[in-house]
Amino acid sequence: MNYDQDTESTPGGSTLLEMRGIEKRFPGIVALREVAFEVTAGEVHCLLGQNGAGKSTLIKVLAGVHQPNEGQILLDGKEIGFSNPDEAIKAGIGTMYQELDLVETLTVAENIFLGHEKARAGFSSRKAEHRAAAGLLTRLGHPEILPEMEVGELSAAGQQIVSMARALSRDVRLIIMDEPSAVLDSEEVRNLFDTVRFLTASGVAVIYISHRLEEIRVIGDRITVLKDGTAVASNLLVADTPNAELIKLMTGRSITNVFPALTPVADDAAAVLEVKDLVVAPGNEPISFSVAAGEVLGLAGLVGSGRSEILGAIYGSTKPVSGSVHLDGKKLRPGSTVSAVNAGMGLCPEERKSQALLLDDTLAANFTLASIPRYSLAGFTSGKREYQASMEQITKLELRPADPMREARTLSGGNQQKIVLGRWLSHGCRVLLLDEPTRGVDVGARSEIYTLVSELSRAGIAIIVVSSELEEVLGLSHEVLVVSENRIVHRAPAAQMSEHRILDLVMEGTTL
Amino acid sequence: MSTTTETQPSRTVYTRPRRSAMKWLLDAGLRRNMGLIFALLLLCALGAFTAGDRFADSNNMMTIVRLAAVTGVVSIGATFVITIAGIDLSVGAILALSAVWATTVSGQAFAESSSWIFMALTAMAVGAAAGLINGILIAYGKVVSFITTLAMMAAARGLAEIISDKKTQIITVEPFLKAVGGDVFGVPVIVLIFILVAIGGWVLLNRTTFGRRTFAIGGNPEAARLAGIKVERHTMAIYALAGLCAGIGALMLMARTTTGSATHGTGLELDVIAAVVIGGTLLTGGRGSIFGTVLGVLIFSTLTNLFTLNNLSLSVQLVAKGAIIVSAVLIQRQLARRAQRT
Repeated sequence: MNYDQDTESTPGGSTLLEMRGIEKRFPGIVALREVAFEVTAGEVHCLLGQNGAGKSTLIKVLAGVHQPNEGQILLDGKEIGFSNPDEAIKAGIGTMYQELDLVETLTVAENIFLGHEKARAGFSSRKAEHRAAAGLLTRLGHPEILPEMEVGELSAAGQQIVSMARALSRDVRLIIMDEPSAVLDSEEVRNLFDTVRFLTASGVAVIYISHRLEEIRVIGDRITVLKDGTAVASNLLVADTPNAELIKLMTGRSITNVFPALTPVADDAAAVLEVKDLVVAPGNEPISFSVAAGEVLGLAGLVGSGRSEILGAIYGSTKPVSGSVHLDGKKLRPGSTVSAVNAGMGLCPEERKSQALLLDDTLAANFTLASIPRYSLAGFTSGKREYQASMEQITKLELRPADPMREARTLSGGNQQKIVLGRWLSHGCRVLLLDEPTRGVDVGARSEIYTLVSELSRAGIAIIVVSSELEEVLGLSHEVLVVSENRIVHRAPAAQMSEHRILDLVMEGTTL
Repeated sequence: MSTTTETQPSRTVYTRPRRSAMKWLLDAGLRRNMGLIFALLLLCALGAFTAGDRFADSNNMMTIVRLAAVTGVVSIGATFVITIAGIDLSVGAILALSAVWATTVSGQAFAESSSWIFMALTAMAVGAAAGLINGILIAYGKVVSFITTLAMMAAARGLAEIISDKKTQIITVEPFLKAVGGDVFGVPVIVLIFILVAIGGWVLLNRTTFGRRTFAIGGNPEAARLAGIKVERHTMAIYALAGLCAGIGALMLMARTTTGSATHGTGLELDVIAAVVIGGTLLTGGRGSIFGTVLGVLIFSTLTNLFTLNNLSLSVQLVAKGAIIVSAVLIQRQLARRAQRT
């Protein structure tokens, strides 16, 4: 399916939505201060800003989740106010939230029509819903997603399509997309963009939020930049604004060298991690490779290619069918995270919130989770030792705010990722597995994490990085393994690879 | 294992801002449980008003605590279970089984000839063993806790009836009754046991690696597993602990009633869950408060005492109990929300 057409749709159409002097206060903080924001019909308006800049609050005000303390919202020049999300939806504003808000145990069609079921005299009409759902999904270029499928069985990308179909199932004039590409690989992002172009061509306006500037280059028309709750720049034309300026606006500083230089791996560096004939799932080919001390190995591939599954089998969070993993020559017990952690392995998982953090607990409790006995005396935890260890990590990682007693929930994505890294640093691991280390992390924290990876590699830690952003894999790693359909199709030094080459390899691997 | 962070030559020492014990008590202990303390004081005021000196008498106060002791000890164990988002419906039945098992004719004869301690140990061992079976099924058999303990509730009660032949077994071991049923400096031993178990439970939950892991497993089991915590073993241990507490509750009830019976602890599990939940422990796991549980148990026993003194029927008492559970939880949530904002 291809909606390719002239995408430089002209901004300057009629103003669809205008927000004036929006102010939103929460107890203790002002989240938005006199924010002005406007969207014209048929444009893709990008909302940029670091985590905590107020993007999410702004879109929640627009979606009727929050009510502003001051300011006006005008739709077609008429003032409106939403006291709940339903009113916003009825006014034609659809929202795709970052955390997908689908019911996993319901089917695709049931999710799409949730809240406005097609029904006759109270009896839901499955047939009509299925027909309408299939129509929407085809329109979005994804007829392979069937209305009767259970949403929980779909991939993240598939769920996103369902979420979009849900927004479209109402008479929508404006769609808010909060980091839609965060869970997608580059192929799926391209599909997403086709869909966005298709929508704007029919006059729908899109508010697009993303941390990836490259994407904004491709899809955006105009940009509004938020920083600390105020709009520091409004309605910039994408074509006229260089990346450097955007970064400067977002951070108040300019970031030059995104990827720090890598220290070459010593020739005589011993292999710390050895993976021998590992069969991750029934029917997969055995995988073998090794990572030396101080080496950063990147796993490149599309989402669903089996990258994360390989990490899981190495770490023991899933049990491999056969094969073995050795750390410093010692064989690990298959399918045992306890064995991996004891041997000196650490994992920063893909889903930070659900797989790594104790959100309601303090930073200190999160740091020490993997090594509680070390901060205890004869089974009794020592607050003093924990405080000391936590402050050391906080200082080292430049974590903000520097308060070990704070709840992890209250920190931004970048700082939460630093907590997970700090957990393994204080544990003192030999092998670190990083699954999507910069997902949902703002530009500033992102470059800090990159620097940290290179420092750790210099200190002799063996690191495996998985990322959907090929640029990141290439920039961080010494060596790259290209994974496609659960197979390793190529291994080469990162310097000899390019994004283009990797994609080529992935395509070849898929067609074989 | 070499570490990168710990071998650096000089370490900056960070000193934790000190909080005085008093301030801490005011802060964490009182503020978080303000609703419960308020409810308890309200009940006391009501008691003093309606029953006067009969209520506000030191003997009566001791009666209230003695009444709370058995439920209290069992609730401490249940606090751990609920903190890991589990539920234990079998504690009442396990208590009955432990009591009956420890008071069989041969058991009593053995205790008579050796030491009363063996009777107490039998009750505790039976409780812990039944809890362990729960734990193994839940942690390794992956049967949900509700179903597992529902099954145990039926089976343990049935086994207790078989062993006792549905007859109440009178305890004849005098040293046992004297030791557990007696007083030390005017304080009943079962009240002392309650205090000891509560303090032990508080320390275990808040000051040990075991407790830290309990919170971690309750808050985010996946994160705990990926951090290398032995989630299954820990879960098993927690149900065994709950069983052990039921066993201790059994020997306390044996001393109080001087009997062992298959009807002991009927409906206890619901009182226990109510006390733990109004104490602020979340059924969804990750948060648990021993102090809150103790307050919860005291509130219910004060309520019972109040109604008894005023000659009100059990039925009225049940209605009041229901109202208290709901309002305590509502108040608790309001306060928690306010605390989170500040």
